[in-house]
Amino acid sequence: MPEIKDPLIPAIGVVTDIRRDTPDVKTFRVVTPDGVKPFIHKPGQCAMLSIPGIGEAMFSITSSPTNEDFMEFSIKKCGCVTDWLHSMEPGQQITIRGPYGNGFPVDTEFAGKDMLFIAGGIGLAPLRSVINYCRHYRDRYGKIDIVYGSRSKDDLVDYQEIIDEWATDSGVDVHLTIDREQEGWDGHVGFVPSYVKELNFATNKTAILCGPPIMIKFTLAGLIELGFSKEQIYTTLEMRMKCGVGKCGRCNVGSKYICKDGPVFRFDQLDELPDEY
Amino acid sequence: MRKLSLERLDALLSSISEKMPLYLPVDTDGGAHFVRFQSGLKPSEKLLPSKSAKDIFFPQSEELVNFKVDGKKIEIIDIRKECEDFVVWGVTPCDAKALRVLDNVFLAEPIDSFYKNRRDHGIIVSLACARPSETCFCQTFGIDAADPDCDVAIYKADGYLYLSPKTDKGEKLVASLADLTEDTDEKPVEDAKNTIRERLAKLPLANLKADAFGAGKTSKFFDAPEWSELSESCLGCGSCTFHCPTCQCYDIKDIDTGHGVIRQRCWDSCMYSEFTKMSAGQPRLTQKERFRQRFMHKLVYYPERYNGLYSCVGCGRCLRVCPIGMNIVKVMKKLGGNENA
Repeated sequence: MPEIKDPLIPAIGVVTDIRRDTPDVKTFRVVTPDGVKPFIHKPGQCAMLSIPGIGEAMFSITSSPTNEDFMEFSIKKCGCVTDWLHSMEPGQQITIRGPYGNGFPVDTEFAGKDMLFIAGGIGLAPLRSVINYCRHYRDRYGKIDIVYGSRSKDDLVDYQEIIDEWATDSGVDVHLTIDREQEGWDGHVGFVPSYVKELNFATNKTAILCGPPIMIKFTLAGLIELGFSKEQIYTTLEMRMKCGVGKCGRCNVGSKYICKDGPVFRFDQLDELPDEY
Repeated sequence: MRKLSLERLDALLSSISEKMPLYLPVDTDGGAHFVRFQSGLKPSEKLLPSKSAKDIFFPQSEELVNFKVDGKKIEIIDIRKECEDFVVWGVTPCDAKALRVLDNVFLAEPIDSFYKNRRDHGIIVSLACARPSETCFCQTFGIDAADPDCDVAIYKADGYLYLSPKTDKGEKLVASLADLTEDTDEKPVEDAKNTIRERLAKLPLANLKADAFGAGKTSKFFDAPEWSELSESCLGCGSCTFHCPTCQCYDIKDIDTGHGVIRQRCWDSCMYSEFTKMSAGQPRLTQKERFRQRFMHKLVYYPERYNGLYSCVGCGRCLRVCPIGMNIVKVMKKLGGNENA
């Protein structure tokens, strides 16, 4: 047998806990069969999860690297693999390989900056890792603003953690919004891009966007209108992936492989790529 | 440099195959194909095997890993085996160069151990192209068909086969054939090289240039209006990608056999609509975008990533197999402005 490990051969993961977040999002806690965290990762990196016989798919790692006990994935039900994941019970083994991708530059470009996180729907999943990393190393960053919107109150992922932990931190402001009025909701109502403009953020912040393409497009335009430059704004891309290591060709955009060179990009870097993501 | 009479070729091939597996292109009713040598099999005289030697190093489909699933438990079975040394005989200079193109992808960290295993053990014997055809344009990409990039270059001249080892692996192979071969000076090979180069210069595509393409040309070509016309008749059949010696895109699929799960990879094509389709949407909506991706990748994106090397070796297979007669030469002429080349 060849001595080198092959990146396509996965390891076993055990799903120890499954939390329902929204009608179509569940958060899965994964450890190794020995009960430890599968591997070390950086905020914004991803992992390939699979159920043999069903298939393999790439997911962003939702938990922060500062969590030393386990790894979490918030996953929306929207295809073969995710349907299967949603139907399983705790104790189920899956396969896991990674980490993949570049991750957010939390220790370099983000250091000392005021952070503005903007997410829509399941787009919070990849940002939760960075947000909790910044909260853990609170003194390394300036003020933290989090704008998060979804279709309804019931579709807000991690709602309890947001209310109980994020919103109560000092120096962290959480701005939630839902698309339409809803009974029992006295918060903001409206789409994320217009809410971001209303909030009229100071332009010295580093902004990170993640959500549906339409939200990204209009939020980016809104931030530029407020006076942000593309060099201050980051996003994380989603493409179909099979290998995760820059070889199978699916996530190729220009000379980049999103799985390996991304998924995190600054908008000035994206300007240099063909518009195919 | 060693030589032997071409009449003794079968003895030479038999001698190699006694030492290790030997693959060579042999004529079949469906074109020339690489098969394992047995005594009496004659190497094909055809210019190109239908599929390149890529198939030997990156097979059309292969098993990656197996699983046993028992209730909530999964067992991972690593089925990899170190392969034995083997020889691939009669690889054309363009196909030999194509392996360098694949190396950049598969041998980049993290290394693909399946490909590396075969590359480490495979010995490439490449026959200099004595009679290149009208669909050949390896010169466009800086390939010298008279001096192949391989382990052992072979030449046919005046009734002899000349063997010129070019790497340590090649030296060892040629040394192991000392009983059958004799020392020779290089003059006949130099003459053969000159003849080949003279023929190459006369090929109809000899003046096709790739200079207009390469790194940094995305903005120049991506929005070119010509893509609509060029891709208009593309059926999206993927024949070009499946015959291409440098195309390396693949899919990974699980097969549940009832006794376990086989995870295998197989060639895939960026020409297919499913290739990039995901639940969140489809970044390449029409055949135009998919067609553009294939050629932009070969001529611009790949060179940008890998030091200016193009991901085309001018083998001409796509010129022969495309059902609508579209190919990279037409794309290069139309976009690169050398329509008269």
